Amino acid sequence: MNHQPTPQTGKEKNPNLKKISGLTMESIGVLMTCPMHKYLEQQLETHFNLFRLWHCNSSITEFLKTHQGNTIRAVVGDTNIGADAELIASFPNLEIVASYSVGLDKIDLRKCEEKGIRVANTPDVLTDDVADLAIGLILGVLRRICASDEYVRIGKWKDADFGLATKFSGKSVGIVGLGRIGTAIAKRAEAFGCSISYFSRSQKPFANYKFYSNIIDLATSCQILIVACALTEETRHIIDREVIDALGPKGILINIGRGAHVDETELVSALLEGRLGGAGLDVYENEPEVPEELLGLGNVVLQPHVGSDTVETSDAMADLVISNLKAHFSNKPLLTPVI
Amino acid sequence: MDCNGYRQENHDQNLFPKPKVLVLEPPPVFIYHEEKLSQKFHFLKAWDSPLPLEQFLTTHAHSVQAILSHGSCPVTTNTIRLLPSLGLIVTTSAGLDQIDLQECRRRGVSVAYAGNLFSADVADIAVGLLIDALRKISAGNRYVTQGLWANNGDFSLGSKLGGRKVGIVGLGSIGLEVGKRLEPFGCNILYCSRNKKSSVSYPYYSNVCELAANCEVLMICCELNDQTRHVINKEVLLALGKKGLIINVGRGAIIDEQEMVRCLMQGEIAGAGLDVFENEPHVPSELISLDNVVLSPHRAVHTEETLMALVDLVIGNLEAFFSNKPLLSPVLLDE
Repeated sequence: MNHQPTPQTGKEKNPNLKKISGLTMESIGVLMTCPMHKYLEQQLETHFNLFRLWHCNSSITEFLKTHQGNTIRAVVGDTNIGADAELIASFPNLEIVASYSVGLDKIDLRKCEEKGIRVANTPDVLTDDVADLAIGLILGVLRRICASDEYVRIGKWKDADFGLATKFSGKSVGIVGLGRIGTAIAKRAEAFGCSISYFSRSQKPFANYKFYSNIIDLATSCQILIVACALTEETRHIIDREVIDALGPKGILINIGRGAHVDETELVSALLEGRLGGAGLDVYENEPEVPEELLGLGNVVLQPHVGSDTVETSDAMADLVISNLKAHFSNKPLLTPVI
Repeated sequence: MDCNGYRQENHDQNLFPKPKVLVLEPPPVFIYHEEKLSQKFHFLKAWDSPLPLEQFLTTHAHSVQAILSHGSCPVTTNTIRLLPSLGLIVTTSAGLDQIDLQECRRRGVSVAYAGNLFSADVADIAVGLLIDALRKISAGNRYVTQGLWANNGDFSLGSKLGGRKVGIVGLGSIGLEVGKRLEPFGCNILYCSRNKKSSVSYPYYSNVCELAANCEVLMICCELNDQTRHVINKEVLLALGKKGLIINVGRGAIIDEQEMVRCLMQGEIAGAGLDVFENEPHVPSELISLDNVVLSPHRAVHTEETLMALVDLVIGNLEAFFSNKPLLSPVLLDE
């Protein structure tokens, strides 16, 4: 499509403050790191000059063989591939990383800050869905909904003694990380008559729940432990053998955070040995790989990282990514800035 | 085991014989807690006998005063008539459709049931089935365990629960617990019930069809009786619509099952979560093939904790009866 570059006035001599018209925005190179969401891809295609990293085997090196690195001014990443140091270094004109996620663990934030690269994510729009999934996983594990569904499907209802499930209402729930998602989970669990306690970097003054400054104490005190914090250097493997043992043989672990929050090897052995009562997992250390030993365990429910995967929320996240990009390239404030 | 109670050895019991209680079929609480129950009562086990029921009753249970029953064990007019001394039926269920209440009323037989003991558990599973059906939790679990995530990539998208209008059919103890739980999920609660409840602020609909037309989820939480049998019919399902889901934790026969299956197969409704069926343990084979349906083998109340509480309630009711004290959880039979 033909377009004329907009004439620069005295005010706009700073090359970073170009007046961008809608027409010119379509020439802005945006790199999408993974397939993520068809609607998002279509919107990026419509509004910008879209490049797809997976067309080059998801390799930056391969991408640079056939493309100029300086054409990329924005990167849209997700929980699989974000923007690490290598990627940032490969695109000298990178101005903004708009993540199709709320989690930032796949983005080298320090590098972005160093280079003045903006970062935006998708908070709030996905809070409800992730919290809903956490409760769904608890019920799936405790009430054995998934295992029972399987029994019925394979025709065992007439024959098998399913044994008893465990009641959810009134149980003690411990939340690791009382941010937006942790708070939303707490509100839902409260309606089931659960007692809520939490572990966080600091006590939240407006939270009416019991605070533990030590995660072992939290795990000892609750029956259902939910990981809802961000993945940082401090929280990597925060759920280790000690925490799992404190949670105990009647305890269940729910992980809707990141796989790396949990020492997966320890989790597997605890489940196999009966030192942990059960687990509901949406995330794993090396997705999409799931430890084989977990497959088919009746006290484990496994989800393929679907925390925010509803039609409604995926579209809302996509709209937020597009809005942030448009805002940036129109010199307007980002809607959901991180940096 | 000898089911002729009179020959059971029990020296201590010669002086203070344990009250006799007839059991037609063993309820789950009996299966898990027989020892605790048998410490207090002497059970005449009809199902264990080679004799047909009528003969067993006339031969061994003629003087029995109490029956221990459960949800899918019918206590018929005939059975009641064969027991001239019957004064109490204790059922371990919250539902009463399996007992001839009219005959009980006529004969002055008291009935004790589970009351609100199960309400939390039933509400929990109703919400669990709803989240599962919308977010495809069981289907996603299958996707992972069958190795499809690694091979086929991302699983398909589910649907958001927040913001949905949820219509509760029957706002009794269970319905109220369901409403309470769904509120923080951002659901808008509507309901249909025999009578409007002045204590709740949820919008009320006097008929199920109108409720269905105004919501995207129907939660069946009512009892099965003449008015509610097949009340969820084709008209209601079509009113619910193509994005609608139905969750049933009441009784299978509240829904016209054949019609529901047809609607699911043809995409007239979006999905279902079912703990009960018209002809348990039979589940229509068409449902087995669907990924947008979650199937539960009538286990809404089968938790360890609730079963323990139920044993205590059963014992409490039987003890009260045999010592002429008020029942703990009587059914009000006057209408």
